[in-house]
Amino acid sequence: MFKKIDRNKLVFFGGLIGFFLVIQVLQLMGIVTSFLSTILSMGTVLAIVSLGLNLIYGFNGQFSLGQWGFYAIGAYSAADITYRWSNNQDTSALMVLLFSVVLVGGAIMILYRTLSRLRGLDALSAFVVYLLATFGFVFLAVKIGGALTPAMNAVLGALPTWLSFTIVYILAVLIAGLVAAEISFLFGLPVLTLGSDYFGIATLGFSIIVKVLLDNSDTLLGFEEMKGARGMIGIPKVDDWGWFAVFAFFMLVVVVTRNLLHSSFGRAIISVREDEIAAKAMGIDVGFYKTLTFVIGSLFAGLAGGLYAHVNAFLHPDTFNFIRSFDPLIVVVLGGLGSMTGTIFASYAYLLVVEWLLRQILPPGFENWRFVVFPVILLIMMLLKPNGLFGNFEMPFLRQLLPPLKKKPAAESAAAPQEAAQ
Amino acid sequence: MNSSHTFLSTPPFIESLIKKKILGKLMIVLLAAVVVWRMGTALVENPSLFLQQVINGLQLGFVYALIALGYTMVYGIVRLINFAHGDVFMVGAFMSFYAISRLQLHTWPSKLFPNMNATLSVGIGSITVVILSMIVCALMAITIERVAYKPLRGAARISALITAIGVSFFLEYFGALPFVFSANYITYKRPFDVTTWVANGEGIQALAKGSEVPANSVIFSNIAVLIIVASITLMVLLQYIVTRTKIGKAMRAVAYDKQTAQLMGINVNMVISITFAIGAALAGAAGMLYAIAFPQVVFWMGIIPGLKSFVAAVLGGIGSIPGALVGALIMGQAETLSAAYISTPMRDAIAFSILIIVLLVRPTGIFGEASREKA
Repeated sequence: MFKKIDRNKLVFFGGLIGFFLVIQVLQLMGIVTSFLSTILSMGTVLAIVSLGLNLIYGFNGQFSLGQWGFYAIGAYSAADITYRWSNNQDTSALMVLLFSVVLVGGAIMILYRTLSRLRGLDALSAFVVYLLATFGFVFLAVKIGGALTPAMNAVLGALPTWLSFTIVYILAVLIAGLVAAEISFLFGLPVLTLGSDYFGIATLGFSIIVKVLLDNSDTLLGFEEMKGARGMIGIPKVDDWGWFAVFAFFMLVVVVTRNLLHSSFGRAIISVREDEIAAKAMGIDVGFYKTLTFVIGSLFAGLAGGLYAHVNAFLHPDTFNFIRSFDPLIVVVLGGLGSMTGTIFASYAYLLVVEWLLRQILPPGFENWRFVVFPVILLIMMLLKPNGLFGNFEMPFLRQLLPPLKKKPAAESAAAPQEAAQ
Repeated sequence: MNSSHTFLSTPPFIESLIKKKILGKLMIVLLAAVVVWRMGTALVENPSLFLQQVINGLQLGFVYALIALGYTMVYGIVRLINFAHGDVFMVGAFMSFYAISRLQLHTWPSKLFPNMNATLSVGIGSITVVILSMIVCALMAITIERVAYKPLRGAARISALITAIGVSFFLEYFGALPFVFSANYITYKRPFDVTTWVANGEGIQALAKGSEVPANSVIFSNIAVLIIVASITLMVLLQYIVTRTKIGKAMRAVAYDKQTAQLMGINVNMVISITFAIGAALAGAAGMLYAIAFPQVVFWMGIIPGLKSFVAAVLGGIGSIPGALVGALIMGQAETLSAAYISTPMRDAIAFSILIIVLLVRPTGIFGEASREKA
């Protein structure tokens, strides 16, 4: 009568929902203090960012330090949308960004199809075409969004406050992800042609450029409400169900990543990591898969940024400086490159150790020692387990189950290697 | 070709444009033209101000060059981005600070030989301080290499990178503890007095203290002269070590092929340690020079110069010693000129944009060799 449910799937989703419920109950009982639950929310956000980086670095082999920059972009764009709505009942940011994201996204997709027909087009020229298209469509979106803002204000204003805010919040987070994804496409297109270490440095440069722009967001970019280096205040805090939203997005990201990796796309992505030249020889469009992974990874970073802005309700450019941009890298490597389980576990472990455990263990008066002890722990961990905590281990649900090899009769054995290659 | 897939045929002249990579080149040329035009108008409008900025940029660039050499040598030999290098620079600055303010080390020649010429005694004293901080940094780098990087030499490169980040955190926050360097800004006492010269159409004269700088002239101090002379001396020394001595030959051999070098009887571990030590010694010297130029020391002072010098090393082609110098000079000029003429708060962003654009045009940096295929 019922379709048989996969046991691994049941264990995985049951485990996640159980974890969520247990935390919820513990919160009600007061065992998990608000401090701890904030750490849990932050850990979930960090897990989303790190899953994105794990996709880029762990599965596709592109050493990226730009994840934190996309996180910042997501955080600030989502915060701007909800700030304007909850403080001024103004949807201009929402409408402009929505139209920009939709128009630019569509333009990129159409252009990608068109430009891929032109043989021998170099990445830099393609980048110029995309950049011009982006500028044009953003300009158009500003006009259209500005014209439609009063109508949208009226529609959302007519709804009950909680409903309109929920709509704006969810849209803001999604738009934040898409903004980050589209910027990462534009940035990644030329930069992904660089070799591994040079790519890392260029993306590090991107994070720093973003941080400098945010430092001057009120003067140079002209967004008064972001208040530049003083930090953005007045972002609505999503308190009561914020943890639920964060966790729901987290589960979505895990499932999307898992399904992506288990598809033929995922196998192509992993083959690019293993050997680019061999992958090319097998007919895999290396540039496309690199760009795709980079865009999806940055999409996750943007989503996480949008969530972070509403967990913390305060954004400061120093949160996004390049020292912190090593956080997701540390998490991914500690958890084990190319292990989603490890990444998820390590992002909670990282925040719990740094923010909670070390505060508890260290005697009073030694609070400054937190970051002296932490690198030592990191060093010992790396020396003991250079491949990360989990190495290649994956939870059964996340593990890619290849169909068991069938024993072939001797006559068909000649065909077997070809099938394995497919 | 399958008839169901009808490709749009591209007109031949568009095809030829695509082959010439015309759009990308156009963008780069346009950007370069804007920058050259901006600099050119600045030079025409106020040549002395422009020259002043160039001199400031040179001063900064030579300090960056000394740090960048450490990055480039270490990367060339073990392919590791040594993020702790900037903090070694910071330790060098602090060592010279303690040697000067607490131990009064720079005054030993005048105490021992009271009749000595004042300039000579200060010079010898300062050189002693530099050598002390170079030795301390070198020893520290050897320790770091032995403890944190050597056990991971067989593991993936990323593990060593993470430990490098860990070491960097450790040095910073250990330095920030109240009984080590403390978390405060500390004013640095220069071992000598600053003398400023004015150069204009009438020649070069010393500028009296407190007097106004005359119009249409360029000023420079003994600090700038000291930095440029000291770093050129150290770089010549390094070039001598790398190209003329036995250990330099061993370094180049290890950088080229570690395993074969080992087969030829080179002690690879020792060579790597010495490379780290030389790089750290240069960083220690740079730390003192930087602190003399900008007289303030604080536990995180190594982060930004370290990052800039690393960018300089990448810009010049990481692994190449002349590349580090050229990259560092470009970074110094980019920083001062963009602060002066484009936008002061955006100067870091402009420096990194230059890096990205240069990498797009030359993917392995200005002097970088094309990467070899991985075995």
